[in-house]
Amino acid sequence: MIDKTELWIVIIGLGLGSYAMRFVFYGVIGDRPMPDWVLRHLRYTAVAVLPALVAPLVVWPQATDGNLDAPRLIAAFVTIATGILTRNVILAICLGAISLYTGLYLSG
Amino acid sequence: MSTETTKSLFWQGVRDAAPFLLVVAPFGLLFGVVATEAGLSVFETMSFSIVVLAGAAQFAALQLMVDNAPTIIALISALAVNLRMAMYSASLTPYLGGASLWQRAVAAYFTVDQSYACSILKFELNPDWTVQKRLSYFAGTVAPVCPFWYVFTLVGALIGETIPPEFALDFAVPITFLALITPMLRTKAHVLAALVSIVASLGFAFLPYNLGLLVAGVLAMATGAEVERRTAAQVATEGEHG
Repeated sequence: MIDKTELWIVIIGLGLGSYAMRFVFYGVIGDRPMPDWVLRHLRYTAVAVLPALVAPLVVWPQATDGNLDAPRLIAAFVTIATGILTRNVILAICLGAISLYTGLYLSG
Repeated sequence: MSTETTKSLFWQGVRDAAPFLLVVAPFGLLFGVVATEAGLSVFETMSFSIVVLAGAAQFAALQLMVDNAPTIIALISALAVNLRMAMYSASLTPYLGGASLWQRAVAAYFTVDQSYACSILKFELNPDWTVQKRLSYFAGTVAPVCPFWYVFTLVGALIGETIPPEFALDFAVPITFLALITPMLRTKAHVLAALVSIVASLGFAFLPYNLGLLVAGVLAMATGAEVERRTAAQVATEGEHG
């Protein structure tokens, strides 16, 4: 059972902290120009952070207690391949999901 | 291009972000279910989603509290998961920095994975958009995402029973993020940054408190920037000789 005091410390602390991180650049920098090297790094934030967020979830899924799982791995590859070939986000999600459910069904 | 009204840009944002409903709905539902199963009341669960508004960080914090981790560890780990929000904010600042303070304050709250991913793509492709046009588009990308995060958290909290594990909702998140990332791989620099990100996140996964994610993010950003710098230098040299 989660302690209620702890719960509210985490909710409020996480809320304030997350908001501060979201606001810091908008609020502090505003429309002042930023140096080229900063902008050059920022262009790659999305492709730098999102794969790092996803890769461990694909290789060590929580649902299988962190064991490599064929249906999930195949579904990930189907999603990536569809995304690269078609550049269609919805199609990639749908084919990935179909692949996952087919794989889970076949593997019993 | 000049015929684009702020209203039509709002709806363009709505259309571009609408696919994320496929993720936000089950993910929000799942958070509601998991939170109530962990003993949170409906009010506490809703407070979590409204105050924090960040799926992955919410799940991380909740999981650590259920595992009886120290409060400070739960807090720091979840904040580390959310550190990418600072990078999103920094990345959008050149485009939205000219807005008024209250507009920036509101935009900051709604800067999430989905609104960022859609907006940065469109802002880079349309450098001639005014700040008001950008804000309209940004607001459009928020509309199909954030309100539904609250609504489906509530539905999940009210259902309050286990969704059968056969649905494998755990994998809704990775699949959606993967589908989102691949169209971003436009140049060699983007591809190499993503590869470094994957390898480093797995290689540094042993680091505690989600620090592996941060290390991988920083290394991958540096990789992308360096490849872009070298490619530009190469093109400049070839131009001189050609």
